[in-house]
Amino acid sequence: MNQPAIFTPELKKRADQICANYPVKRAAALPVMRLVQETYGSISEDAELEIADYFQIPPMGVRELMTFYTLFYSKPKGKCHLQICRTLSCALRGAEELIRDMEEKLGIECGRTTEDGQFSLDHVECLGACEKAPAGQINQEYAGPLTKEKLFEIIKQYDVSKA
Amino acid sequence: MEKLISRFFKIPNATSLPVYLAEGGYEAAKLALRNRKPEEIEGEVKRSHLRGLGGAGFSCGVKWSFVPRDTGKPIYLVVNADEGEPGTFKDKYILTYVPHLLIEGMIIASYAVGIHKAFIYIRGEYEMPYLKLKEAVGEAYQKGFLGENIFGTKFDLDIVIHRGAGAYICGEETGLLESLEGKKGFPRLKPPFPAVVGLFGCPTVINNVETLSYLPFIVQRGSEWFAKLGTERNGGMRLFSVSGHVKRPGIYELPMGILLRSIIYEHAGGISEDRKLKAVVPGGLSAAVLTADEIDVKMDFDSLKAVGSMGGSGGVIVMDETTSMVDALRVTMQFFAHESCGQCSPCREGTGWIDRILKRIVAGKGRADDVDHLLDIGKYLGGTTICALADGAQMTFLSYLKKFRKEFEDFIRNSSLRANAGWSSGGRPLGLPAPDGRSGTVSEAISGIASAGRLKAPSSQ
Ligand SMILES: Cc1cc2nc3c(=O)[nH]c(=O)nc-3n(C[C@H](O)[C@H](O)[C@H](O)COP(=O)(O)O)c2cc1C
Ligand code: FES
Repeated sequence: MNQPAIFTPELKKRADQICANYPVKRAAALPVMRLVQETYGSISEDAELEIADYFQIPPMGVRELMTFYTLFYSKPKGKCHLQICRTLSCALRGAEELIRDMEEKLGIECGRTTEDGQFSLDHVECLGACEKAPAGQINQEYAGPLTKEKLFEIIKQYDVSKA
Repeated sequence: MEKLISRFFKIPNATSLPVYLAEGGYEAAKLALRNRKPEEIEGEVKRSHLRGLGGAGFSCGVKWSFVPRDTGKPIYLVVNADEGEPGTFKDKYILTYVPHLLIEGMIIASYAVGIHKAFIYIRGEYEMPYLKLKEAVGEAYQKGFLGENIFGTKFDLDIVIHRGAGAYICGEETGLLESLEGKKGFPRLKPPFPAVVGLFGCPTVINNVETLSYLPFIVQRGSEWFAKLGTERNGGMRLFSVSGHVKRPGIYELPMGILLRSIIYEHAGGISEDRKLKAVVPGGLSAAVLTADEIDVKMDFDSLKAVGSMGGSGGVIVMDETTSMVDALRVTMQFFAHESCGQCSPCREGTGWIDRILKRIVAGKGRADDVDHLLDIGKYLGGTTICALADGAQMTFLSYLKKFRKEFEDFIRNSSLRANAGWSSGGRPLGLPAPDGRSGTVSEAISGIASAGRLKAPSSQ
């Protein structure tokens, strides 16, 4: 393996601190992967290899986690990451129409990022915010009840050309 | 009516330790550690008939009593804060507005069972609840309420907060344990139960956030008082999460024996726009749907079980008369298909197959024998898998088909009915191409309604 580039001494130190919370090092896999993602915006293939190396597990072990958990991304999300819940309580209050409106507005399907890297759109399952249906997440933050108008307003803040 | 947990939601800044202390916080934990024996607390919790409020409704005290204390291994407490059951959002309120109540409950549970290390597994999307919880844990350590020699006694407890990464199945207790060990959340075969072989192979207590948050009240006011708040063998109250077509969606803390009718019409303000009720899911998405005629049921675990549904997570999802049950079921089964971990064939294949058929039906390509076919697939969905995800999916799936069979058949017979259907009327299901193969747009869908349905009636009719 090449000189590690992802696990800088600083990042390794923080990862080691996380591992100290657990009697078994591997138990820190999810939090350490979160740390890597928060530092670099996504978990690249190179990062996967270094994570595998750090935990002394096969690269496939990390790939499994990447694909099993929905919150790990192999490519960075847009500056404005819109996630809209599509599960029952939200669907009852118009989530499906809202998702379609946003697909049309941004010109991308769910799961995609606009070419300029400004916006990503995803539909998600119940966020535990059903009292605010239709609910969603704008980057980390919970939002709801969402309307087309509110979302268009948010989009404007990120990209005037979409106004 | 007196509120217990939710009383704190209305107190400004109850998240902070000084405010929580001023409200009598940590007195129950002090009382327990200083003046009670661990086995006294276990007995008290058993007699209180506190049930697991994460979904399964198992007696909390009885579960603790399964934990062997003499294996020489450490015993762990794992708090289930994954809150993934659709329609449920109560734990978020506890974590955000009164995290110290959970911590106090954890101290009591840990003392009762002889635990010195606890993990809180919180769902990955919960950012604000995580920050509030983290702050509270920090405060508790500073005050000497966590760490070594808590309240000046010989009792030690450490808490680690562990964030999930987005997977419903990690709410299932053994899927959660796998995930907490750094693996994908494949549920484990039981037995052995986690009480005996749990986290890192050690005896483990797993409890839901809300379950633990009732412990301080039980310690302080006694099991008899708590038990009497509820119904026979269903002690106390619980936090009902109410959503869907009601005027006032939100959290309502009510006694176990409250009628579903009263939750909907009194507490949640009735149906939005004064429409009629059509159906309601009483205990999270996995619970069997109830019709408008079935809402005079007590909302405790045993009463709901007796009518073929379940208390589950206390998530009440209300659907008004305009709702298309075909669409509601499609969205429901899409969830289970998406969240099946893929380990067991009946669940992985069954939920996916059902999802595809329902999407085909909604796209106007239903077949005359679809309902019987679906019932047949549903028969083999549950009962044969490692965890209860498939059992929940089966319960809700069959209930829709059986209770609303005519609506499904009518829908299939006349797909143009769709133009008159509920919230997704006229649209195409997400993730499917429009009927003519082009990708549809909103304006197409709207013009589809205007021209009485671009979705053609099935050819088999
Ligand atoms: C598919 C599935 C998902 C579950 N999700 C959750 C959850 O998100 N939160 C929770 O507390 N319990 C959940 N449970 C229930 C747990 O397996 C377990 O019964 C519970 O955490 C035990 O705590 P309690 O006895 O305090 O309720 C789920 C169960 C299944 C089968
Ligand atoms: S169903 Fe959308 S947040 Fe729960």
